[in-house]
Amino acid sequence: MSEALLEVRDLEVYFPIKKGVLKKTTGNVKAVNGLNLSVNKGETLGIVGESGCGKSTLARTILGLEKPTSGDILIEGESILNYSAKQMHRLRRDVQMVFQDPFTSLNPRMKVSEIIAAPLKAYKMTDNIEQRVKELMDLVGLKPEYHDRLPHEFSGGQRQRIGIARAIALKPKLIVCDEPVSALDVSVQAQVINLFEDLQKELDLTYVFIAHDLSVIKHIADKVSVMYLGKMMERSDSESFYNHAQHPYTNALLSAIPLPDPGKEKTRERIVLKGELPSPANPPTGCVFHTRCPIARDYCKENTPQLERKGNEEHEVACFFPIEKGMVEAGSENLLR
Amino acid sequence: MLEVKNLKVHLDTASGIVKAVDGVSFHVKAGETVGIVGESGSGKSVLAHSLMQLNPVPPATYPQGEIIFENRNLLDLKEKELRKIRGNEIAMIFQDPMSSLNPVFKIGNQLMEAIRTHQSMSRQNAEEKALELLKDVGIPDPKSRLNDYPHQFSGGMRQRVLIAIALACQPKLLIADEPTTALDVTIQAQILELMKDIQKKYGTAIIIITHDLGVVAQLADRVLVMYSGRIVEEGITGDIFYHTSMPYTWSLLRSLPRLDSDIHQRLKSIQGQPPNLVDPPKGCNFSPRCPFVTEQCLEVDPSLVDRGNGHRAACILSESEYEERKHEIQDIEREGVEQ
Amino acid sequence: MFKNKRNLLAAGVLLLIIVATITASLWLKFPPTHIDPEARLLSPSGKNWFGTDHFGRDIFGLTIVAARVTLFVGVVVALLSTVLGTITGLIAGYYKKAEFIIMRIIDGMLAFPALLLALALVAALGGNVTNIIIALTFAFWPVMTRIVRSAVLQVNNIQYIEAAKTTGTGDLVILFRYILPNVLSPIIVQGTFIFAKAILAEAALSFLGVGIDPSTPTWGTMLQESQVYITIAPWFSIFPGVAIVITVLALNMLGDGLRDAFDPHKKNQKKSTKKLFRNRKQKYA
Repeated sequence: MSEALLEVRDLEVYFPIKKGVLKKTTGNVKAVNGLNLSVNKGETLGIVGESGCGKSTLARTILGLEKPTSGDILIEGESILNYSAKQMHRLRRDVQMVFQDPFTSLNPRMKVSEIIAAPLKAYKMTDNIEQRVKELMDLVGLKPEYHDRLPHEFSGGQRQRIGIARAIALKPKLIVCDEPVSALDVSVQAQVINLFEDLQKELDLTYVFIAHDLSVIKHIADKVSVMYLGKMMERSDSESFYNHAQHPYTNALLSAIPLPDPGKEKTRERIVLKGELPSPANPPTGCVFHTRCPIARDYCKENTPQLERKGNEEHEVACFFPIEKGMVEAGSENLLR
Repeated sequence: MLEVKNLKVHLDTASGIVKAVDGVSFHVKAGETVGIVGESGSGKSVLAHSLMQLNPVPPATYPQGEIIFENRNLLDLKEKELRKIRGNEIAMIFQDPMSSLNPVFKIGNQLMEAIRTHQSMSRQNAEEKALELLKDVGIPDPKSRLNDYPHQFSGGMRQRVLIAIALACQPKLLIADEPTTALDVTIQAQILELMKDIQKKYGTAIIIITHDLGVVAQLADRVLVMYSGRIVEEGITGDIFYHTSMPYTWSLLRSLPRLDSDIHQRLKSIQGQPPNLVDPPKGCNFSPRCPFVTEQCLEVDPSLVDRGNGHRAACILSESEYEERKHEIQDIEREGVEQ
Repeated sequence: MFKNKRNLLAAGVLLLIIVATITASLWLKFPPTHIDPEARLLSPSGKNWFGTDHFGRDIFGLTIVAARVTLFVGVVVALLSTVLGTITGLIAGYYKKAEFIIMRIIDGMLAFPALLLALALVAALGGNVTNIIIALTFAFWPVMTRIVRSAVLQVNNIQYIEAAKTTGTGDLVILFRYILPNVLSPIIVQGTFIFAKAILAEAALSFLGVGIDPSTPTWGTMLQESQVYITIAPWFSIFPGVAIVITVLALNMLGDGLRDAFDPHKKNQKKSTKKLFRNRKQKYA
């Protein structure tokens, strides 16, 4: 097995809630609450979760945009948390980000060539810069003759390509993609997903690919992690994950995604979760999912499950009563023993 | 019940006239669910708003067409008459449940106002009705929640409240414009279930507008596919998904990342970008991106052609030509993979 | 923006005043230095369009020449307040720690009415053009700081700033390449308004007698000198007053026009349509 490029250990990121005139801290929003993950070189790790699960905070923390409360982040085996500003600057070359919204992530007053050249200039790689920008545009499928246009002259998909060109300009090792296709038109999503895959092969990239949509992740990820309320619920290699998801939450997520197939939709068994996401400022005791879990028992309210290996070597689940294969297909009544 | 005939809606913008809806005809029968699918800029939202005349004028103009709802042409009605129909006979719910509720009034008051606008009813009766509605849309502990303000509700709960408001007068038609787009998947599943239940209970006809073909597959009886202001394919849901006869729908269905595909399966993307509506391409609007494109497509603007069983498609290829071309494309792809 | 007739008119009026005052010595029949004791306080006529003052000077010429100092004070105050306000606003908006100190100072300054603050300063420093400029700049730049800071706070939340940070872009580049161009429009608009306010303030200070030395003709000093004669020679007060009104009005119109021109919602009709839809939805839902 190759060495982990990125490792996150027991990461906690809390945001203080301040109240009153004196801004006294009255509690914490536990955005990321004890998280472990590792990504090997050349792999794609898919991170899935609903809004408020902490996946974006996780991305921002890996990029050094948020300070963790505790825990550690290692890039190529080296902790980056105590890096000086200078070391951080060097690190930024290796870790880049692609943002969700192609409309707000590009400076509207800069030409495309300037946007793509900005990272190169920041690292004083100004030799042949025009040539390099044109190569990058070509690489992401933009016509190089458009280099002096402004972002608003492009459609959403093309703008996301500009964002990708900017992210690969410094030849990074790791790219964190935060919902990079969810703001795009359905007819261009496939183009951009394919572009990510092509670039990965061509440039030997490693991705942390964050999405709320398990079907997008299925096409791109080698490993999948599911987050809920700042915690990891299940993680596995894609094969085992999509074959046999074990956590009730994962199963609910999978069954909630509508299939573009009316026949399958009619016959499909669906787990519809009750209720809403609890506040991350005041997460439930025990298993954080027990308030919405269709198969929760009293035991789950008092005891906190840890990620444990169940069955497959690479497949870990944080659940006392993981779902066995075939149970969902057999009907949701069976789940509620 | 609702029949739209050759409707055109133009938006007068600084960069020119946008033909947001360009000659659209369709109908909705009582109790039926019709899905309108399209990308952003396909005109689906403008179309939905024009059914209730909610497009601000200007920039919107209605140069042509009729919207017949129960033997009245809505385009001819005065604002006052329209107001009697809005919320009462046709109701609408929107994508963003946050901005659709007035933040300074209690949920109960907003609900009761919606009831009492169209029905003469005492406060007490209205309150009872409001309670019942909240119960119907699955809001737990409805009695105490009547006195809550919108910000005390989560996104999914707000959407439920909006559905309750929409149902207040038992409308004959409910227009849902991307009702679940702003919601998480698990909440989306709840709302979609709710809409199915509502339809069963109230017998309301629903027009659901969405970009998500999965949502349509789950809910709709019939589907209209829109592209750049036109309906390009129309038919019962099964026909649209299994007997697709229009290259755009076909390419779109193939390009979707699907949960029921293989892991790491490469997506069959559609080339190019959605067209600019100020200056649409010559001939068929989809021709610059169409894998089926022929020379004729660059010249001729296709109209909807009947393919039987209420299935209509806007493509100049005949059924046999279309099938032939489809197999050719698939063969070429297969060879590409083998090489 | 000059498609709009109102904006065109405002810009034209300002240009006319500026050109007239700069080239005044070339074409004025009666330069203000021309004193004619015989022709004191004459009412407007074909010879003296605006009449004459108590020294027999031509008020038309005086009004034109007085514009020089008045506009000079306005322009310099506007520029200085804009530069100062922009720099402090950028720093306060971008650096959390500096924000607290800068904004408390600004809040303190804003607690005094601008004119009162300027009045006190001029009284302390003495009335000449330089001191008036210093006093008015001091009175007006805090407003600019506030406006720039809040604009910076808004822009700072947009993702492209974060994107620039992740690509290793330095703070200075972010401030001047990413933030400044995107907050330029409120700065220019506010700068125009400060220009107008400075003209008014200069006039007010001079009128009160703490402003520029009466021997230097400005619209303000003219008003101050004329007040004694207001009943017997009203034209002496009216014409500099009208000049102030026209200039300030033109500047305010230009400021409004600039604001509209910079507003992306007005520039891009498509976007504003979307916004309208959103409002509509609230109404009918």
